[in-house]
Amino acid sequence: MADKELDARGLNCPLPILRAKKALSDMSSGQTLKIIATDPGSVKDFQAFAKQTGNALMESGEGNGEFTFLLKKA
Amino acid sequence: MPKKRMAIIASKGTLDWGYPPLILASTAAALDYEVEIFFTFYGLNLLRKDLNLKVSPLGNPGMPMKMPFGPNWFKGINWNIPNLIQAGVPGFESLATVLMKKTIRDKGVASIAELRSLCLEAEVKMIACQMTVDLFGMQTADFIDGIDYAGAAAFLSFAGDSDICLFT
Repeated sequence: MADKELDARGLNCPLPILRAKKALSDMSSGQTLKIIATDPGSVKDFQAFAKQTGNALMESGEGNGEFTFLLKKA
Repeated sequence: MPKKRMAIIASKGTLDWGYPPLILASTAAALDYEVEIFFTFYGLNLLRKDLNLKVSPLGNPGMPMKMPFGPNWFKGINWNIPNLIQAGVPGFESLATVLMKKTIRDKGVASIAELRSLCLEAEVKMIACQMTVDLFGMQTADFIDGIDYAGAAAFLSFAGDSDICLFT
């Protein structure tokens, strides 16, 4: 169970990333954020986001046209 | 690790071309870049308090003209409207702008105003080209607060040490 959940369904690039960044800023180190998105581009974007910011991408999944990501705040 | 830096010149002031600088700047800020945008010539429109950006398919053969309503087969039609009509029918640009704004909303794409405020929140540094402001007789009162006014040398001093430098 993630500490926080972000519903980014229906949002297009770059809003899922920007909302995730904002959500992470209110969290403390080690906490996890689950993101649900419908933008297929978000898969590569969250990989890049994790690599660049150092927040770990713990899980990444896909199903029913939705993409889920689990980020752990650095 | 020192922060990466991105320097952007925004030189266009239409609804479509307002996107590349603001999308890249807001995203780079989210990726912990230090970002500066230098708004020059028509790009200054992106800094106006009253954002009244338009888009024109006239002289832009790459722009699809599609209707953002009706059944899918209808939405899929790319309307090939002759330049003569685009140029001659009063209000054609306003119509194209209304249709594009609706498409932007329907597709979950952020508005220019939203991206701009996200940039400001993320402390993207915005610089208005003082020379262009003078050239076009613009008033600083027309622009949003929290921006700087400077010239080419100021941009170059930041851009010279940047990792990414773009002209948009």
